[in-house]
Amino acid sequence: MFAYYLDLALRSLKRNRVLTALMVLAIAVGIGACMTTLTVVHLLSGDPLPGKSSTLFFPQVDPENPVVGGSTEPRPAMDYRSAMDLWNAHRADRQAIITSSPVKVRLPDSGQPPLLPSMLSTSADFFPMFDVPFQYGSGWSADDDAHHARVAVISADLNQKLFGGANSVGRILRVRDADMRIVGVLKPWRPTPLFYDPWSQNFSKSEDVFAPFTSSMEINKGNFQAYTCWHVPPSMGDLQNADCVWVWLWVELDSPAKVRDYARFLDDYANTQKSLGRFAVGSEHARLRDLMTWLTYRGQVPGDVRLQAWLASAFLVICLFNAVGLLLAKFLRRSGEIGVRRALGASRGAIFAQCLVEAGLIGLLGGGFGWLLTLFGLWLVRQQPVDYAHLAHLDTAMFLVTFVLAVGTSLLAGLIPALRASRVVPGWQLKAL
Amino acid sequence: MQIKPILAALRRHRLATLLIAMEIALACAVLCNACFLVARRWTMIQINSGVDESSLAVLTVNGFDPNQAADVNARMLTGLRSIPGVQSATLISEVPFGPQTGAAGVTHEPGDFKNLIGVVDFVLAGPGTFKALGLKLVEGRLPQPDDYRPATSFLPDDAQVLVTRQWAEHAWPGENPLGKDFWCDKMHFRVMGVVDHYARAQPSQYDLQQGEWTVFTPVVPGGSLAGTYLLRARPQDVQRVLQAARAAVPKIAPDVVLDQDNSKTLGDLRMNYFKTDRIMIGLLLGVVVLMLGVTALGIVGLTSFWVAQRRKQIGIRRAIGATRGDILRYFQTENFLIVTFGIALGMLLAFVLNAVLMKFYELPHLPLYYLPVGALVLWGLGQLAVLGPALRAAAVPPVVATRSV
Repeated sequence: MFAYYLDLALRSLKRNRVLTALMVLAIAVGIGACMTTLTVVHLLSGDPLPGKSSTLFFPQVDPENPVVGGSTEPRPAMDYRSAMDLWNAHRADRQAIITSSPVKVRLPDSGQPPLLPSMLSTSADFFPMFDVPFQYGSGWSADDDAHHARVAVISADLNQKLFGGANSVGRILRVRDADMRIVGVLKPWRPTPLFYDPWSQNFSKSEDVFAPFTSSMEINKGNFQAYTCWHVPPSMGDLQNADCVWVWLWVELDSPAKVRDYARFLDDYANTQKSLGRFAVGSEHARLRDLMTWLTYRGQVPGDVRLQAWLASAFLVICLFNAVGLLLAKFLRRSGEIGVRRALGASRGAIFAQCLVEAGLIGLLGGGFGWLLTLFGLWLVRQQPVDYAHLAHLDTAMFLVTFVLAVGTSLLAGLIPALRASRVVPGWQLKAL
Repeated sequence: MQIKPILAALRRHRLATLLIAMEIALACAVLCNACFLVARRWTMIQINSGVDESSLAVLTVNGFDPNQAADVNARMLTGLRSIPGVQSATLISEVPFGPQTGAAGVTHEPGDFKNLIGVVDFVLAGPGTFKALGLKLVEGRLPQPDDYRPATSFLPDDAQVLVTRQWAEHAWPGENPLGKDFWCDKMHFRVMGVVDHYARAQPSQYDLQQGEWTVFTPVVPGGSLAGTYLLRARPQDVQRVLQAARAAVPKIAPDVVLDQDNSKTLGDLRMNYFKTDRIMIGLLLGVVVLMLGVTALGIVGLTSFWVAQRRKQIGIRRAIGATRGDILRYFQTENFLIVTFGIALGMLLAFVLNAVLMKFYELPHLPLYYLPVGALVLWGLGQLAVLGPALRAAAVPPVVATRSV
């Protein structure tokens, strides 16, 4: 029966080619617009560390004192002292203390002009915690952290620039005025979004130089940048004793019990600091969000992208209404034919099914063209000067969603017209013939 | 034109009527809000920076220590001024559409944290910068040589500054801003002059009213005022002068690093800064046009169906004396009624959509005048779409009435 309906649908579609083309086009354009934007949203809201993100947490306390402007959320970073206190407590399975600053880098005894990449100051656990892939060598040890060792890890990009991609482990890099031994070179690594950095552009590149936190405090002294300050620091860039937030922590907690313990520890710390008069607010502004919750809270999908997705969805709804109207016209125009079929014994269900097959076929065609339009739309996105442009590719899941959405939309659109068509009273139509 | 028979006919096609009306309603809501968003971005893009953009370029170098600042400044200024075509090379901390370097909350009282007047951009500027920018002074006086104060940390402890009219009206509404005091933490500022327009480094579309909250602060070169240089040249020379300056940096100061991204002409900085906004405007307008197209298509499709369905009735009406014009007007009036119904729904929907957008995007209320304009557009669209099928209906000959099918 299905093959027969398909045949009928094809015949019906061929009979009025212009109307068919218009319907397919409307669905295709709606699907194309919707899928392009949804794919971007889907890609941008992806999990940067699947399988691991639920064990990574971003602890926050609010050192701002007094709180400026009555904010109800803590800042996305801490002052040096709070971060060091939390770090020195060693309450987590793994923990990384992080800040980022621009630093002058060059090869000693080379004629190349100096570069000014960003340096990520962190601790040994950073690399295993975030599954950072190494091309050569490895990260540094906790000992190196403790001894303020002059060691560094560099990105694949910087390795390419300075050493032409060769194994540079053991070479010396002049970082500002210090000579640092390269212990590791990363594989090309571009976590998207740049989840570990709470105040960078979401989809920017990661840093080029990684150095122990303790060492870089000495090496790049005076060049650190504050996220915000509530008192003007005595000297810009010298932030260790300043009332500024610029350092943050990530912790790995492997069991729910540990998460509870750490949250309690964080609350206690904030309350203690409040009672000491150092914080203005205590545990009310202490947060322990896991990675994905943090990314959602932070709003990793840019506002413009969300707006585009909303707009495209509204557009698809208009296309849907349009399809309903056109299908209604198409089916009811064939009332005579339907009357004959009913008179010859076709049940209402049979008419209904026949109409839906036709609607589904239109959806399938619309989905096919919509898929092409989506590919075109994503190509357009890749041409845009936005930092997530390189991400815009259609994955298998979204490819399937395209067709499911197209067929689903047209079946939904066909529902009411099909119901109407199946209610056609055979007698009237036969009389009119 | 009699409306009653049309209403009676529509009552028999409730579903199709409702569909067109719903389509119009959605189109109306999206149209009004999309145009509102476009208008806001357009206003943003048109922001008056207050400076002679076509004559200016900025050059930024990094990678030197604070104690080298004075030396780097001296070498750079001498080197840049020797480039042919350079009218002036002066020090500035930030320019419109470049990176923001000095935003801070200010208050009416020292050390106050509760009652911020707002967050302003402090632009630190060396001697000659005011003139180089081409700012227009509307009140007060220009900075004199002893107005330039040293800034070792972030800002001078006590300085006479120039503010924009927009900021003055926000901070001291209805008052003469000259001689007024304000504070940033414990640092004191007094207004010596007011400029007409001067955009902050990173104006945002979400606070259009704050795009010129800029404080022009005269500062002695050195300390925190180092590394960013404002070049002025004739408009036709700017690009060439900037290229020459970029090329000269390694010779002037081999130990500093040229910031490639932030060494551009102000025209290019502006182009770059509003790139995504321009794309968004294009996208919004594209969607609006597509949406109107699809809506028109739906009207054409359904009306064509109605015309085909009513061929016989049209023939009868023509046979008993209706003119072609009567038939034409019948369909036009019918469409007008449906679209009007759709627009009425659409206005409600437009406000709902606006409320949603306001929740997520810090937008203000949709101005009321968008609604009649949107209504006019949709009426026009409906009439245009219905014209083809209505003309076909008017062309139905009376003889159809006498045929059985």
